[in-house]
Amino acid sequence: MSSSSVLYDHPGPRARIRNAVLSVVFGVGLVGLLWWIYSKFDEAGQWEGRLWKPFTETATWTQFILPGLGATLQAAAVGMLLSLAFGLLFAVGRLSERRWISVPAGAIVEFFRAVPLLLMIFFVFYGVPFLIKGPVTAFWAVVIGLTLYNGSVLAEAFRAGVRSVPGGQSEAAYAIGMRKSQVMQLILLPQAARAMLPIIVSQLVVLLKDTALGYIVAYPELLQRSVNDLSANYGNIIAAAMVVAVIYIVINSLLTALAGWLERRTGSQRIRVPKQTRSRTVDSTPEGGATVSEPQG
Amino acid sequence: MDVFTDPTNIDAYVSGFLWILKLTGASAVFALVLGVLLAAMRVSPVPVLRGFGAAWVGTFRNTPLTLVIFFCYFGLYSTLGLSLSDDLNRNIYWLGVIGLSVYTAAFVCEAVRSGINTVPTGQAEAARAIGLSFAQTLRIVVLPQATRSVVAPFGSILIALCKNATIVGTIGLIEASSVMKDLLNSYGNAVIPIFLVFAGTFAAILIPTGYFFGWLANRLAVKR
Repeated sequence: MSSSSVLYDHPGPRARIRNAVLSVVFGVGLVGLLWWIYSKFDEAGQWEGRLWKPFTETATWTQFILPGLGATLQAAAVGMLLSLAFGLLFAVGRLSERRWISVPAGAIVEFFRAVPLLLMIFFVFYGVPFLIKGPVTAFWAVVIGLTLYNGSVLAEAFRAGVRSVPGGQSEAAYAIGMRKSQVMQLILLPQAARAMLPIIVSQLVVLLKDTALGYIVAYPELLQRSVNDLSANYGNIIAAAMVVAVIYIVINSLLTALAGWLERRTGSQRIRVPKQTRSRTVDSTPEGGATVSEPQG
Repeated sequence: MDVFTDPTNIDAYVSGFLWILKLTGASAVFALVLGVLLAAMRVSPVPVLRGFGAAWVGTFRNTPLTLVIFFCYFGLYSTLGLSLSDDLNRNIYWLGVIGLSVYTAAFVCEAVRSGINTVPTGQAEAARAIGLSFAQTLRIVVLPQATRSVVAPFGSILIALCKNATIVGTIGLIEASSVMKDLLNSYGNAVIPIFLVFAGTFAAILIPTGYFFGWLANRLAVKR
């Protein structure tokens, strides 16, 4: 807790006693709250063994939860790959010096970032079949929605990443005679990708959570298979929701931890880069300072 | 009849977006209050409070919002019998507000916490040196500076909240996305205009909001 200790001194005897008292008071309050929730669910009969017993049987896992988890991960994986391609394409497009490429690319990215994912999924699932005179599967409705939204977010992240590469890098590349596409491919994108790796992984968490929207178009993902299908058989919707929540939390916590680890790893390298071109970064601080911190939030 | 001239469709469109705005407004207030409280807990000297804040953030940031909203409906309402209004729509609305608030509060908490981290150590050290307590340091010195640096993240959280409000449609509130779904099903010949109108309305609200917060963040930024 090195970050929080900034706000207060190391506790002396009085502060230690006060903190201990506060700990006990809030601890008791918290336990009381949890007990109250527990007893409320108990009154409603939610802890009865018959509701939880299905989770000890293999069939529950092999027929409902694991296939659901598989479908969730499949949609997330395909969605992520397509999002990365979409993001890369539109980031490069928006950075283009030809206005007939950069303006439409920017408009598309801004548009899809501002439209709720659910609206896109509904359009692909209910609207597109009228246009192509054939059905669209729930899988592709989810994946296309995820791609358009997360791809746009990643496009902005990539663009910020490319712009965070010190200007001396591309100047040096031009000086040794590289063409524009070569500068982008060989110099800017590799450095930007490294700086953007934590954001890519944390976007993966967002994407994985958003696959739960597949529930609404009846894509048989984790939420659908457990909260809907499983609880239809056993009448244990609360129990099923709790188990699924734990599964989501475990997977996403692991991904968040991975993002944090990558951040620390790449963070030390990021500090090294500006030092080589100190004069330039100092010049650009007034307007550069505020924009750099934005994608982190 | 044409989709955009039928008055019932226009009424549905207006009421759909009104629900979205009401959900966003109420949830933004609750999430802000709750999120700042949670952030204060997460940086407090009391371990139990720190643990509670961390557990809250870890739980809600990693759970799909759809599941949180379901919990509010099936857990709080169907199982525990928590009824917030006699009117069916009002009741679903408030359940949605609860779900959106507890979910968004986790993100507000993280934004405030990282905002606190941007305040230089010397500020808090100087505050302590002149004898301010933890609460005073936070309230008088650190939070006023931290607020300025969290304007930009707050903007993105608010925009995300407005878009997430559509998810309340899954528990039966006829908000904008549900209206659009119904219109798509009834007017197969006009699916592109319908999508463009609904998506365009969101874009027309949210893109300027994004630019406004960007401008505000630049204006309020502490120049160091």
